[in-house]
Amino acid sequence: MDEILRVRDLRLATVDKVLVEGLSFTLSRGERFGLIGESGSGKSLTSLAITGLLPDAIRASGQITLAGEEVVGAPERRLVGLRGNAVATVFQEPLTALDPLMPLGRQIAQPVRRRLLRQGLPATRPDITREVHTLMDQVRLPDPDRLMRAYPHQVSGGQRQRVAIAMALACQPKLLIADEPTTALDVTTQAEIVTLLRSLVTDLGISLLFISHDLAVVGQVAERVMVMRDGHMIEAGPADTVLTRPRDSYTQSLVAAAARFDAALEGDA
Amino acid sequence: MDDGVNIAARVGSRKNITLWLGAVLVGVPLLAGLVSFVWTPYALSDMVGGRLETPGWAHWAGTDRLGRDILTQLMVGARVALVVGCGAVAIGAAIGVMCGILAAFATRFADDALAAFFDILIAFPTLLIAMLVVATRQEASLGTAILALGIGLAPIVGRITRILTKQVLGQDYIVAARVCGTSWPAIVLWHIVPNILPFLGVNLALQFGLAVMAEASLSYLGLGAPPPNASWGQMLQEAQGTVYSAPWGAVLPGLALFALVIGVNLLADGLRDRVSSQRGEA
Ligand SMILES: Nc1ncnc2c1ncn2[C@@H]1O[C@H](COP(=O)(O)OP(=O)(O)OP(=O)(O)O)[C@@H](O)[C@H]1O
Ligand SMILES: [Mg+2]
Repeated sequence: MDEILRVRDLRLATVDKVLVEGLSFTLSRGERFGLIGESGSGKSLTSLAITGLLPDAIRASGQITLAGEEVVGAPERRLVGLRGNAVATVFQEPLTALDPLMPLGRQIAQPVRRRLLRQGLPATRPDITREVHTLMDQVRLPDPDRLMRAYPHQVSGGQRQRVAIAMALACQPKLLIADEPTTALDVTTQAEIVTLLRSLVTDLGISLLFISHDLAVVGQVAERVMVMRDGHMIEAGPADTVLTRPRDSYTQSLVAAAARFDAALEGDA
Repeated sequence: MDDGVNIAARVGSRKNITLWLGAVLVGVPLLAGLVSFVWTPYALSDMVGGRLETPGWAHWAGTDRLGRDILTQLMVGARVALVVGCGAVAIGAAIGVMCGILAAFATRFADDALAAFFDILIAFPTLLIAMLVVATRQEASLGTAILALGIGLAPIVGRITRILTKQVLGQDYIVAARVCGTSWPAIVLWHIVPNILPFLGVNLALQFGLAVMAEASLSYLGLGAPPPNASWGQMLQEAQGTVYSAPWGAVLPGLALFALVIGVNLLADGLRDRVSSQRGEA
């Protein structure tokens, strides 16, 4: 199977602190990969490095090959071409990830328009509106005519995250990165978004890099997982093996903690 | 969604008073200025009455020491004030916004240099910069005054634009826009400009007030628009000698100046509140 993403010996550091070191993993086309780690373990930085959007203060070394192109050290011009085309990201907090002053319809329409132009397809207003409607349908947003004109603060958190997913899908990326896309949502909405993401990437045949600290959520989505701690890889393998029979003691403690949490929840009920 | 907006609007009805008061205070001189193009009670520089007549039926605002109608001068003065304010703010904003955004995007070194440059220029009073610009020209004219004031305002606008842009650049939605392949020019146009505008607008209103006041000062010093442009500052200067015998000649242009400056600020404040309630920050 051919690869969409290869990360080799990735190292991310500020002038005085190493944040991620010796990270290597690959993702094949159509694969769903989970990145697990506690807060501050470097998950978000890794995803930013893949899209070439690291803060200025952080330097990357090693190799990141995305859809055959090298990302580390690439000029901005090349990266703009890769973003959207090869990769798109859904972020944790949908309220701040959407422009507060732009109607939702236009926020989805902009990447749609860019993609149509990129693909050499007609990009008139009706073409774009039709695509936006299709996308809103795909992410199961109700009442598209109303929502298109609404502003971010006028819709629910789950609906905002659906808009963010629609924006990412509007690019038709080969790889979708979801950085804790459900953390800001309530449990029911979380389950809906996870199911939606899973069915979308399967239907569209794109790869998914799913980042979370929640083992249960990752277990529902990913085929293969990697556990990170303090910027290092701890363990990697098929999701069912790592999440049920972890070899490393740190992963074991995570799994045990999650099990205790589940048990406590059930005891409550 | 509509309900949310309506509730916000009702909660904000006190803010609407600000908006309306501002609109009236700006609207009256605007109307007077526009009307003055087609009609004034008398001709601007004709001596149409006795000297220093008190306000009455023939001359609603009285006459000045040369027997010219003060209401006519006030109306033409409103036109001058608005043209100068808008012109100076437009020039100041064009230069300032561009430099401010450039600084926010520049390398660390260029940014620091530009920021220091803004600060140094701001340390000079706007009026002083304007006087220097006027001094480089052969003769005083309305255009020179506008250009001078615009240049004087540019660093103030530049500094605030730089700060606002940096704030917006740190927002998640900018990263989100970049990650789906939006280029920098598009980000500036679609995300940065709309998001700094509400705050910049309030500041520009402040600058408008500054420009109108500064023009009055320039005119007062004889560096503003030459006659027959009646500017409020010029009226103040001419009424100086007769403040005690005919106070209306100084009080009326002073009040007009004050009302316009306050009005623009109230209007901008009200408009900003409108936008932030649209943002859901009501
Ligand atoms: N701009 C920055 N400069 C310096 N250090 C940073 C910067 N951004 C993040 N870090 C540090 O890098 C480490 C990893 O951060 P990262 O955001 O990748 O964590 P994370 O795994 O995504 O955590 P979370 O689950 O809380 O999102 C943290 O210790 C953080 O303090
Ligand atoms: Mg994170």
